[in-house]
Amino acid sequence: MASEKGIWKVITASSVGTLIEWYDFYIFGSLAIIISEKFFPAENPTTAFLATLATFAAGFIVRPFGALLFGRLGDMVGRKYTFLLTLIIMGGSTFLIGCIPSYETFHFAPYLILILRLLQGLALGGEYGGAATYVAEHVSTKKRGYYTSWIQTTATLGLFVSLIVIITTQNSLSKEDFNNWGWRLPFLLSIILVFISVFIRLKMKESPLFDKLKTEGKISSNPLKESFGKKQNLKMVLLALFGATMGQGVIWYTGQFYTQTFLLKVCNLNPTQTNTWLCIALLFATPFFIFFGWLSDKIGRKTIILTGMFLAVILYRPVFSKLYSLTNIVNKEEVSSNIQVNKLAHATAAKTNDSIIIKTTKIIYTDSSKAVQEEKYFSSDLQIGNNKPHEHKTQITLSDSYKWKVIGLIFILVFFVTMVYGPIAALLVEMFPTKIRYTSMSLPYHIGNGVFGGLVPFIATLITVTPGSNILSGLWYPIGVGAVCFVIGLIYLSNKKNTLIHDDESNYADNQISKN
Amino acid sequence: MNHLKKYAGLVWIILSIAAITLLCYAAYTNIAAHGKHDINKPLPWIIIITVFTPVAFGLGIFGYYALKNEYKQ
Repeated sequence: MASEKGIWKVITASSVGTLIEWYDFYIFGSLAIIISEKFFPAENPTTAFLATLATFAAGFIVRPFGALLFGRLGDMVGRKYTFLLTLIIMGGSTFLIGCIPSYETFHFAPYLILILRLLQGLALGGEYGGAATYVAEHVSTKKRGYYTSWIQTTATLGLFVSLIVIITTQNSLSKEDFNNWGWRLPFLLSIILVFISVFIRLKMKESPLFDKLKTEGKISSNPLKESFGKKQNLKMVLLALFGATMGQGVIWYTGQFYTQTFLLKVCNLNPTQTNTWLCIALLFATPFFIFFGWLSDKIGRKTIILTGMFLAVILYRPVFSKLYSLTNIVNKEEVSSNIQVNKLAHATAAKTNDSIIIKTTKIIYTDSSKAVQEEKYFSSDLQIGNNKPHEHKTQITLSDSYKWKVIGLIFILVFFVTMVYGPIAALLVEMFPTKIRYTSMSLPYHIGNGVFGGLVPFIATLITVTPGSNILSGLWYPIGVGAVCFVIGLIYLSNKKNTLIHDDESNYADNQISKN
Repeated sequence: MNHLKKYAGLVWIILSIAAITLLCYAAYTNIAAHGKHDINKPLPWIIIITVFTPVAFGLGIFGYYALKNEYKQ
């Protein structure tokens, strides 16, 4: 085991790199709307938005493949060099996204963006398992939950840093400059962060447990075959997925991403206000990752993870419903409104003499909240008596009196995330032997988070346009997956703590199966 | 508890088959030639069904192992 000082070096080197990888991954999602405008041209903004979400999901779907590719490498070559490689691939891809000209001048741009996004997904698939394994293999058994929980904070802090960088860039530039070129800055910044992290990681030594295996010549010659070809190990991979990471993944993405999508697209809340309030909630919730990691060393991983899952399943609808009612202008009383009409020249192949009429209505409510409603009409449509707007947008800016109510509700959603996510690295590490740990824990983690979790915004958006659905219908997906995972975890998972991690395969399967 | 673990395996097998059947049925009823929403387009459904089929198969295997008492302690 490493000394206390040495452990913090290990945690810092692993966490900084993982944080940067998450930052790289999130800025694409956070800038999804502008990326869809720049690279995925479409007349219908919803289609463009979903096209980006699909690309976003593609980034998540390839993560399990990254887990297999880099997990195998990590179990054969070593943890240190594998997660150095993933960091370089991730940073390079992010930097290049910031360099690609928009579709207007470069028609091949969407394909390049898709390829780079897939590379990002592959790299992320290899990073997390390496970092968690590397830290876990350095620390003592009794504090494994506490120390590995520092790695768990990086995903939320990565989102936090990405939002801070985006908000700062937006506030430092005019709206036009940000839309024209400023959105590229968060991507370009990545290369500097990656250089710093690679420099720190190069100075680190290989994991002591892996080194021991290497010295003894016990390294797996085929980690994929050993992980998924042997029933003894495959059944644990399946238990890890369906009894833990599947539910953890949907709760994580619902808390951090669907909340943002919900506030922006369903509640029509001002993007700066949404991101600022989300940042504050993330900041307050982050210490709870460490707390629940520490607590899992005392009372077991299962108890905390399943309690978080249960709370999320029963409280999602009331919390999201409250968020919607706070932002719903139907519940507000109008004080004044100001209507402005602009006529813009517009030429299309079909309507060469047509023009667009934009009607902007600015409304102030009794609680000092404001709304801007923008309706676009074609003059030719109005001439034939069609008064239906071609496009309708609303943006709400809530008064400061709502600030802590909304932040409190977002905090509750992220709090569930800290319960299910804080102890998960320790739980996964303890399920598999050293020689195939990187491969075996990475796959269920990335199927749970990448496939089940990553598709939350996409599937929830699809459900909400199903006939008969309402604004909360999208939540049935994370609630359903979370509920099934809770039941499987409750029946089959063990609540063992202080499990020894070593290279003896015989005890692993039995260690994590419930004895009750 | 071991009995519950074993017989719940049947539930996971049924659930895996039901999930894929439900997805295919939902795709069949929602895909429309002139539909305006994304839910009416085949692409999102192809992505979702392709991704979830192997996962549902995995749930079936998990159920089978449970039924075979592989998770008995």
